[in-house]
Amino acid sequence: MSDLEPKPTKKPKIPRQKMPEQDPIQRAHNFYEVALGYENDLALLEASRCLQCKKPSCMKGCPVEVDIPDFIQLVKSGDLMGAAWKIKEKNSLPRIAGRVCPQESQCESKCVVGAKGKGEPCAIGRLERYVADYAATHDDGKRPELPKPTGLKVGVVGSGPAGLTLAGALIKKGVGVTVFEALHELGGVLVYGIPEFRLPKAIVRSEVDELRKLGVEFKTNWVIGRIETVDDLLEKRKYDGVFIGSGAGAPLFLKIPGENLNGVYSANEFLTRANLMKAYMFPQADTPVAKGRRVVVFGGGNVAMDSARTALRLGAEEVTIVYRRTMDELPARTEEVHHAIEEGVKFQLLNSPTEIVGNDSGWAIAVNLQKMQLGEPDASGRRRPVAIPGDTAQIECDTIIVAIGNGANPLVPTSTKNLETNKWGNIVADLETGTTSRDRVWAGGDIVTGAATVILAMGAGRKAALAMLNTFGIS
Amino acid sequence: MFEILEKERIGPGVNRAVISAPEIAAAHRPGQFIILRTHKDGERIPLTVADKDTEKGTITLVWQEVGATTYYMSTMCIGEKFQDICGPLGKPTHIENFGTVVGVGGGIGVAPLYPITKGLHDAGNHMVSIIGARTEGLLIMTEDIRKVSDELIISTDDGSFGVHGFVTQVLQGLIDKGTKIDLVVAIGPVPMMKAVCNVTRKASLPTVVSLNPIMVDGTGMCGACRVEVAGKTLFGCVDGPEFDGLQVDFDLLMKRLAMYKGPELIALNNFRETPRGCQCTFPGGA
Ligand SMILES: Cc1cc2nc3c(=O)[nH]c(=O)nc-3n(C[C@H](O)[C@H](O)[C@H](O)COP(=O)(O)OP(=O)(O)OC[C@H]3O[C@@H](n4cnc5c(N)ncnc54)[C@H](O)[C@@H]3O)c2cc1C
Ligand SMILES: Cc1cc2nc3c(=O)[nH]c(=O)nc-3n(C[C@H](O)[C@H](O)[C@H](O)COP(=O)(O)OP(=O)(O)OC[C@H]3O[C@@H](n4cnc5c(N)ncnc54)[C@H](O)[C@@H]3O)c2cc1C
Ligand code: FES
Repeated sequence: MSDLEPKPTKKPKIPRQKMPEQDPIQRAHNFYEVALGYENDLALLEASRCLQCKKPSCMKGCPVEVDIPDFIQLVKSGDLMGAAWKIKEKNSLPRIAGRVCPQESQCESKCVVGAKGKGEPCAIGRLERYVADYAATHDDGKRPELPKPTGLKVGVVGSGPAGLTLAGALIKKGVGVTVFEALHELGGVLVYGIPEFRLPKAIVRSEVDELRKLGVEFKTNWVIGRIETVDDLLEKRKYDGVFIGSGAGAPLFLKIPGENLNGVYSANEFLTRANLMKAYMFPQADTPVAKGRRVVVFGGGNVAMDSARTALRLGAEEVTIVYRRTMDELPARTEEVHHAIEEGVKFQLLNSPTEIVGNDSGWAIAVNLQKMQLGEPDASGRRRPVAIPGDTAQIECDTIIVAIGNGANPLVPTSTKNLETNKWGNIVADLETGTTSRDRVWAGGDIVTGAATVILAMGAGRKAALAMLNTFGIS
Repeated sequence: MFEILEKERIGPGVNRAVISAPEIAAAHRPGQFIILRTHKDGERIPLTVADKDTEKGTITLVWQEVGATTYYMSTMCIGEKFQDICGPLGKPTHIENFGTVVGVGGGIGVAPLYPITKGLHDAGNHMVSIIGARTEGLLIMTEDIRKVSDELIISTDDGSFGVHGFVTQVLQGLIDKGTKIDLVVAIGPVPMMKAVCNVTRKASLPTVVSLNPIMVDGTGMCGACRVEVAGKTLFGCVDGPEFDGLQVDFDLLMKRLAMYKGPELIALNNFRETPRGCQCTFPGGA
């Protein structure tokens, strides 16, 4: 440094480190992961932004209360394996949470670095992903010692994040766990819904294998309510408890004319065909999916974004998201909305579909739209969309994906004796403990709350596990 | 699990296999189906459990070769295993003593009709079975059906066996004779079920049909299997597969079944070029 240059009075502020990503033009045509993950030096630089607050408020934003400053301190000191185990004390699925958690509205929204407009919050989620990926690729085979089996056994319905988290928490306390899954793959929405380019299946598989190594048993192709009931699990299999984490997997439709025309999909079907059944590899994989030229997606959440971006990758020329409110009210993660825009997804806001138009052979060819404006806020606090009379439009299209939400699947509630449900068919359970109207039956995740987030489902699994252990007299 | 223990060809392009699946055999009730995958990259396809043996822990499947998966199944050998079989799925048939029940089966529909006929017969119903096919060689499982029926009438479109004509004509004949009928159960190709319902609607006979919409998960998660019944959208896999035939929109079902015609041909050609399976049983299979 020459004498002429002014001496810096303060340390220069380190900006929040960007996530390296695949180029938007390239990635819009492949199924590889979009976000590439931090390299070592980026991670260290980002970790150095953490202030190590004495009273960390970030942890209050985390439904499973990961010891955030502690794990970041371990990153700073270069002990990445230590950092990973620190996270795993609270979160059994960090590679997943690090990828799909809406951090901006959870831990990072409470970060002091980002508070009061001082700057951008520390990228906790990206660091979590970095640490967890490091641990998975540098596995030293060491595992924390498990306590002796207690002889207690629990059955879990569904292998989504709620069920997997509960299984991890119980097995670590010596409680035997069997997870029953309806599909042929484990992971719930993580494998059939969230696409490969956001959450590679191999990562879900590695997290599941981790649980298997700890001793969790898995039974796939096992639909509770058909092959066995929850009551069978308690009475015939003599489980000491059952946890229901069956998710919100019943697609809602708009109930507008033309909804059953060919080319009209629920997002669940479209994504299941594309993801779980690998339709993007058709005909090497046997399952087909309509590869639309002009695709319209109804909805504005993560599910709509995933559907639109998947349609692009399957080769669509034009993909339009139709949403009733404005950009500000989109419920999807901000990052994913940005990704969608970068990749070329179009948005037709303040529009609501009224009819799907078909041709004589039963295929959809267009959608009719009603223009909306925002009125007074409704019960949810968001401004209610109101129709502008006479103002309508039409979009030509060949594929339509309905991504307006999921209801509760009735298979488990209707086949379980005396299990209380609410008017939407969700299981009534205590949000702090997961206890239901039935003795020895706990529930959590989307089947209780309605469609929510991965981390909330994980939180519910964790709380229910603690409540079960409490009931069993294990601490 | 899911090993093929027995396999035979029972008609042109129609095969029957006995498969080890003890838990499914134990839980299965008439009217229910399974979803299988032949191999890791295979499609999930639904097939009715045509029979089962709870003691041996086996289920019987009967399938017609129509596309890549069913052709592949035909080239699988005894000793080979399916990747997955998920079941039982769907609501069981509502079985009680109705009185006289007429079961109408067309083509491959005779296979799913068999366990229902057996169930209704065991419940004390007077079972009249009408089995039809285009020609004699296409008739399947007639002896199985005969064993669980009080009366059996067989018809062929070309008159090569039994009554010359369609199953609907036989049914109309029974109605015209004044036979007291309490319930009709019809399973077969969609146009056949539609035709049967046109007959029974005029005669005001309650009619149950078993629908075969395209499915993916079979648990009510995807909505691929939606059908319209009495103007309402229902899911074939969890609300059915059996529905009130007089209320079903068959035309919509036919259109939806044609949805993947193009891609299915591509899949079949792809399979023909790179066949799978051991191919010793039915070398000409694909
Ligand atoms: C396309 C899509 C994208 C999403 N993106 C995000 C995101 O970016 N970030 C985020 O935080 N959240 C996201 N979500 C929401 C999140 O995935 C869910 O909130 C979460 O997966 C719920 O977890 P769960 O364990 O309650 O249930 P699920 O993940 O739904 O798992 C339930 C499992 O139970 C099985 N099951 C159901 N019934 C039975 C039965 N009778 N017997 C046996 N098994 C049964 C199902 O097959 C399924 O595997 C997304 C959801 C979708 C659909
Ligand atoms: C509840 C249920 C029970 C069934 N039981 C039987 C059974 O016992 N035996 C049997 O042979 N078949 C049965 N089917 C039909 C069977 O599922 C289809 O024949 C099979 O999916 C075709 O698969 P594929 O890959 O060989 O052919 P694909 O390549 O998928 O299809 C080839 C042709 O078959 C038609 N097709 C596709 N799916 C169906 C379907 N679900 N029903 C009718 N036609 C279809 C397509 O329009 C196409 O033209 C059942 C279907 C359902 C829904
Ligand atoms: S097959 Fe998916 S809902 Fe019926």
